[in-house]
Amino acid sequence: MDFKFEGKAKTVSIALMVIGIVGLLVGLFTSGGDTHLNQRFWANLLVNGFFFTAIALGALFFYALQYAAEVGWSAYVKRMFEAMFVGYLPIGLGVILIVLIAGQAHVHHLYHWMDSTLYCEYVIEADGHAHCAEATETGAVLNTNYDEIIANKSAYFSPLFYWGRTFVYLAVFLIFARLFRKWSLEEDKEASIERHFKVHRRSALFLVFFAVFSSTLAWDWIMSIDTHWFSTLFGWYLFSGMWVGAMIFALVSILYLRTKGYFQDLTQSHVHDLAKWMFAISMLWAYLWFSQFMLIWYSDIPEEVTYFTQRFFTEYKTPFILMFFINFAIPFYVMISRDAKRNPYFIIPTGLLIFVGHFVDTYLLVIPGTMFDHNHFGLLEVGMFIMFLGLFIFSVFRALSKAPLVPKNHPFLQESKDFHI
Amino acid sequence: MQREAAIREPLIFGDKSYQDITNDVVGPIEGSAPRTWKILVTLTGLVALYGVGCIMYLIGTGIGVWGLNKTVGWAWDITNFVWWVGIGHAGTLISAVLLLFRQKWRMAINRSAEAMTIFAVIMAAIFPGIHMGRLWVGYWVFPLPNQFGSLWVNFNSPLLWDVFAISTYFSVSLVFWYIGLIPDFATIRDRMVKPLPKKIYGILSFGWSGRAKNWTRFEEVSLVLAGIATPLVFSVHSIVSMDFATSVIPGWHTTIFPPYFVSGAVFSGFAMVQTLLLIMRKAMKLEAYIHTKHIEYMNIVIIVTGSIVGVAYLTELFISWYSGVEYESYAFINRFSGPYAWSYWIMMTCNVISPQLYWFKKLRTSLAFTFVLSIVVNIGMWFERYVIIVTSIHRDYDPSSWGEFHATPIDIGIFVGTIGIFGTLFLLFARFFPVLALNELKTILKSSGENYKKLHNTDNH
Repeated sequence: MDFKFEGKAKTVSIALMVIGIVGLLVGLFTSGGDTHLNQRFWANLLVNGFFFTAIALGALFFYALQYAAEVGWSAYVKRMFEAMFVGYLPIGLGVILIVLIAGQAHVHHLYHWMDSTLYCEYVIEADGHAHCAEATETGAVLNTNYDEIIANKSAYFSPLFYWGRTFVYLAVFLIFARLFRKWSLEEDKEASIERHFKVHRRSALFLVFFAVFSSTLAWDWIMSIDTHWFSTLFGWYLFSGMWVGAMIFALVSILYLRTKGYFQDLTQSHVHDLAKWMFAISMLWAYLWFSQFMLIWYSDIPEEVTYFTQRFFTEYKTPFILMFFINFAIPFYVMISRDAKRNPYFIIPTGLLIFVGHFVDTYLLVIPGTMFDHNHFGLLEVGMFIMFLGLFIFSVFRALSKAPLVPKNHPFLQESKDFHI
Repeated sequence: MQREAAIREPLIFGDKSYQDITNDVVGPIEGSAPRTWKILVTLTGLVALYGVGCIMYLIGTGIGVWGLNKTVGWAWDITNFVWWVGIGHAGTLISAVLLLFRQKWRMAINRSAEAMTIFAVIMAAIFPGIHMGRLWVGYWVFPLPNQFGSLWVNFNSPLLWDVFAISTYFSVSLVFWYIGLIPDFATIRDRMVKPLPKKIYGILSFGWSGRAKNWTRFEEVSLVLAGIATPLVFSVHSIVSMDFATSVIPGWHTTIFPPYFVSGAVFSGFAMVQTLLLIMRKAMKLEAYIHTKHIEYMNIVIIVTGSIVGVAYLTELFISWYSGVEYESYAFINRFSGPYAWSYWIMMTCNVISPQLYWFKKLRTSLAFTFVLSIVVNIGMWFERYVIIVTSIHRDYDPSSWGEFHATPIDIGIFVGTIGIFGTLFLLFARFFPVLALNELKTILKSSGENYKKLHNTDNH
């Protein structure tokens, strides 16, 4: 049975968007006294932009992984992942692009390194502007804005290189997303083992791109907010967050759709496997989070530990600690048993809780380095999250309705339908 | 029974029956030892003896017979330790993680990979043991009460975490391996005619009767052990990496170390599995069970983990520049252009560049090429640890105490000796133990055997 996007699901997703927008607007107009409102708006746009795009990217990664690793069991539910990247990736990457362009146009100051006055040691004042100069030139004065550490990174943050990279990420992700979808729809019309192996090879190629870009985009979009700070593990840690978000959304959606009469051949084994992924990647995330935190805390090197002091000894302390325990301990204790992994009454509440937990994780990646101690949490934040959630659900489910819910002619389809362990 | 998709290649070649599998695996144990085995075991035995001699000389004389000095206080000893622990990773990954991922091809290789793991971890344990100098008080590494005359151990030290991590890992691997062996020992017991071997295999098989109850418990305990062993695959090498990463030495202190060490360990472990299996399948005529497809899958694991390691190398290099920390940058510039640059470039070539050749299907399905490359990877992974350890400490913050390390014949002798001991143990295993998990293999014969797959595909239901 093909999925029709109508009724309650559609109403709820639209309602979420409307409620979200109203909340956001009320939040904006009632925060007149907040002198950092502009920065706060953009910071939250980056949080939401990144969080939901990351989920779509996680789905794209997982999809490619299934083909590259010749996975059989997931063939039956592959359209769910497909819808996530086909439906939302263009929107999400668009949001990130808007944030980056606005930053370059100095509409906001999320990325301190985008401030071009940081890079010259000496300047000459002429017609109201400061220009870079050699120390020996007449009229050259020391630049009070000069930041040696950021200036050292100028090669990496040069506009040409930065924007070049950004457009390469966007192009690669969108092209692969489109191609995967195209091949998938072609297969419905006509079976072809050659095509299947072509997708298998292209998936491996995509994973190579993704292995590099998942780290570099993490540096470019998130780590560079705290421009002085650095951590080699950062990219892999963000990647695990992407992946777990994708698994939660897919699993909860599939369970929901099953109650509406779709996915009737879904076995408990499918649910079990998807829940295993949710559990396992939660643990991977916790492992990476802890490795990064523990090594920095243990060595206590000032350049590095500042990142955690900014989150531990400030107003961010409670959400920061709580977030780690929710994202680690809740899935660990609730989902470790086999029966829990097969039971929607365990999966859905846990999934939703850690979904919010990972949102808080993303929030704390961005906010402390952009809002410092001027942050507020109110209607604006909640409204924007709800709006994006509604938008995400709407675009993904609409994409899901555009193609048959269960693929035809997939060589592993029968194996997936027979799946009982 | 679950039907396997037609496009999957069969895992057992030829027209095999259950009886054939038993004969193929148990046959070599029942016959007398072939000549090549006797020659090989003599050879590895001699090397092992030489290694034991070097170790005794070291214990008798003192750690000074190694090339260590005031600046480079850790060199081959800890390099060898990490190298062996790394090799010991593949077995548990194959038996635990691949079990959870339901990778049926693991059944042909898990037994010998697990044996290799156990022997490799024993080799690894030798090094911190003899480095203590006074081996007879080695039990001081455990948290014993002060009445024993020792000091209470330092729980803040990652070296102590290592003691716990490795001993846990060793125990779980050993139990896992042995549980798997029980039904196979019973099969051998049932076939043995001579009373003494029959008695021995009878004791080893713990009175296995082959009843349904035995099998249920066997499968349950395998799953539970797989669940316990999977986090251990991560924890062991993560904690080994923390021996370095918790310090403030540039080149050692970097947050990517835990997952990158784990990946490197899997990488080197699979390379060692390839080296051993490619010889074994030939020597013991197991070509029907361990064939090109198995080798190809393992080569794919090697290319994935090798690339992860490559990404980690480049990330470290990039961040050392990006950080703007002078010491951090210098540590890496010194790595690729200092006095030990040769070892850095050996590492880069062997670990990052050469595995990329496996993108060509022709190369990753070529057994001869795989054999050569597996040795290349083993060499590269030894150099990785050497680069991390020696080049980071030979020049640290204080240039007045910079120095260099030169290996002595004893350094080399002990390392080569452990390869000898390892080889001897593995050969003994291959002679007296069922080298394939024969009872597990039987479970996939009807779904993944070549003859049965053909049957399924022709009658088409």
